[in-house]
Amino acid sequence: MPRLILEPRFHVEYLSILDSEGNLDASLEPKLPPGDLKALYRAMVLGRRLDERMVRLQRQGRIGTFAPIKGQEASQMGSVFALRPTDWMVPSFRETAAMIWRGWPIEKILLFFAGYVEGGQPAPDQHDLPITIPVGTQLPHAVGLAYAAQYRGDDAVVMAYFGDGATSEGDFHEALNFAGVWHVPVVFICQNNQWAISVPLKKQTHSKTIAQKALAYGLPGIQVDGNDVLAVYVAAREAVERAHAGEGPTLIECVTYRLGVHTTADDPTKYRAQEEVAAWEQKDPLTRFRAHLEKKDLLEDGVEQRVDEEIAEAVRRFEATPPADPLAVFDHVYAEMPPHLRAQREDLARWLREGAAPGPAAPPTQPGATPMRGQRLTRR
Amino acid sequence: MVKALNLALLQEMERDPDVLILGEDVGVDGGVFRVTDDLQRKFGSQRVIDSPLAEAAIIGTAVGMALYGLKPVCEIQFSGFAFQCFHQIENHAARYRMRSQGRFHCQMVIRMPYGGGVRALEHHTESEEQFYAHVPGLKMVIPSGPRTARALLTSAIRDPDPVIFFESKALYHAAKEEIPEESESFPIGRAQVVREGRDLTLVAYGAMLRVAREAADVLQAEDGVETDVVDLLTIAPLDRETIVTSVGKTGRAVVIHEAPKSFGPGAEIAASIMEGAFLHLEAPVRRVTAHDVSFVGFAREKANVPDVARVVAAARETLAF
Repeated sequence: MPRLILEPRFHVEYLSILDSEGNLDASLEPKLPPGDLKALYRAMVLGRRLDERMVRLQRQGRIGTFAPIKGQEASQMGSVFALRPTDWMVPSFRETAAMIWRGWPIEKILLFFAGYVEGGQPAPDQHDLPITIPVGTQLPHAVGLAYAAQYRGDDAVVMAYFGDGATSEGDFHEALNFAGVWHVPVVFICQNNQWAISVPLKKQTHSKTIAQKALAYGLPGIQVDGNDVLAVYVAAREAVERAHAGEGPTLIECVTYRLGVHTTADDPTKYRAQEEVAAWEQKDPLTRFRAHLEKKDLLEDGVEQRVDEEIAEAVRRFEATPPADPLAVFDHVYAEMPPHLRAQREDLARWLREGAAPGPAAPPTQPGATPMRGQRLTRR
Repeated sequence: MVKALNLALLQEMERDPDVLILGEDVGVDGGVFRVTDDLQRKFGSQRVIDSPLAEAAIIGTAVGMALYGLKPVCEIQFSGFAFQCFHQIENHAARYRMRSQGRFHCQMVIRMPYGGGVRALEHHTESEEQFYAHVPGLKMVIPSGPRTARALLTSAIRDPDPVIFFESKALYHAAKEEIPEESESFPIGRAQVVREGRDLTLVAYGAMLRVAREAADVLQAEDGVETDVVDLLTIAPLDRETIVTSVGKTGRAVVIHEAPKSFGPGAEIAASIMEGAFLHLEAPVRRVTAHDVSFVGFAREKANVPDVARVVAAARETLAF
């Protein structure tokens, strides 16, 4: 009756390539062509500048509440950069930079946060799910997409995003478990930004890392410096390559920080110290990547200005959107509009047209002669 | 009815390679009620998937499969366990068409055994159709016997919208009926008038249809009353036209269901009768339902679930009003 160590080989890697001073570990550096490095930087700048613009738009009442990404540009761009257009991207609600990279027009993202359902419609050829708001619930969808791709024999990988808070949800654990059992091509990207609204990571989990949660489900988990776009990219590329090669799912924990508010309805001064934020500002993903590109002489002039112009153009297109047609609310409930929705649509149309009160749930059927009010057909 | 359901699954899987089955024990075991019996042997473990034991991920992954274009048929072992996946049903399966403005939709079926009459434990006897009937974007179907079960499951699998498909445990083995060999489908959203009469309308579905029919027999034999019996088949979207047409003729209606009374399907049916046939009504619409209690144990089940005697008594009071 021995007492044995059954699985002594568990380990969790940590990967960092470019530190907060811009120093590079050349042995780990991905050999990205200059064009890719410039594109990555531009996308990160776009994410940051759009975020700042959106905060102003929200304060002016031109869009509603949204979740800013400030500080998480490297986690998003490093990971999504490893995908091909034929792969699938499954966002939560804080992936603006990654979504734009995947082809979502900026004005559509603005429409979404301005309360237009049209903002959630991916293009017909786009392999992206729309924003999912209930925390962690999109992760089983990613596993299902990956199963379907494998079932059809398609060479597609699915990348799914979520935060540290989501790792407390049952759907996260169920998704990792199903992904492991089914051995499907999915990459789970946790943007561990340290705070789930007001709850810090240490109150979210007693695990030392989020990456190690993968081990319980038989998948590799890796922790990376989430403010180091090169480290995130290397980890994501490896995971995507493994998935393409039929080697199953991976969990990547990007250790990053939400420099801004949870959403524009949030006030972080209530729950976290300014010193903590200031310390993380020293690790800003944009600053270090910019320093790296400068050293490589790859920094282009006027990136910020060109990005701002692109954003301004998009805001103009967004503001030219015609007012929402109220009658469109019935359009996509079912493939075919059932009678009760047709009746409700007619009610709303009459109300809008002539202020008429709502009618019955369905047009009344009047078999035979309609009796007069108060005239019963039979006697009691 | 189990064999009829199995036949529908078999024929739809033969017809369409995108149809697959997932759930707990649906493969080797053929489901705890044997509805998926032998299908894994025929179609393989990639198409008839013995999933890990997690309702939310069964529905959640099926949503993902449906978004990709597959047509999953999920089995939730008992409807009492579906609250662990209700968020996936309500938040996602029902909403994806709207959220993506038609770019995606969830063509999927979620089968669940429901209802009492089988001497079972808590969470194995409840009728909870009202939750699904209330959710925009879902369809809610409850067949009343082998033929409707087979034809409606076929329709559900072919339907482009998510369908919640309740199967009465009491009917699984009790209900026997000849069904055609070739594939048959009935339209979702249409009730059937299974007995015609001019004096009274009984509206029922699932296992309660048999109760309604037997009550109609008693009323004819003992009271000479001619009854319209409406088999609802689809709870949502509700076939108001058939109900209102029947009550427009009879002027009197009794609605029967196993779900608790308050805010149950009977309330919506009664409201629809008010809206559509108010001036034809000779008596208030009566509801014969389970009481507003969560679980009574099968030793007391008879006191809670409608039976023929209660329906006959309610019908007589309605006729005498």
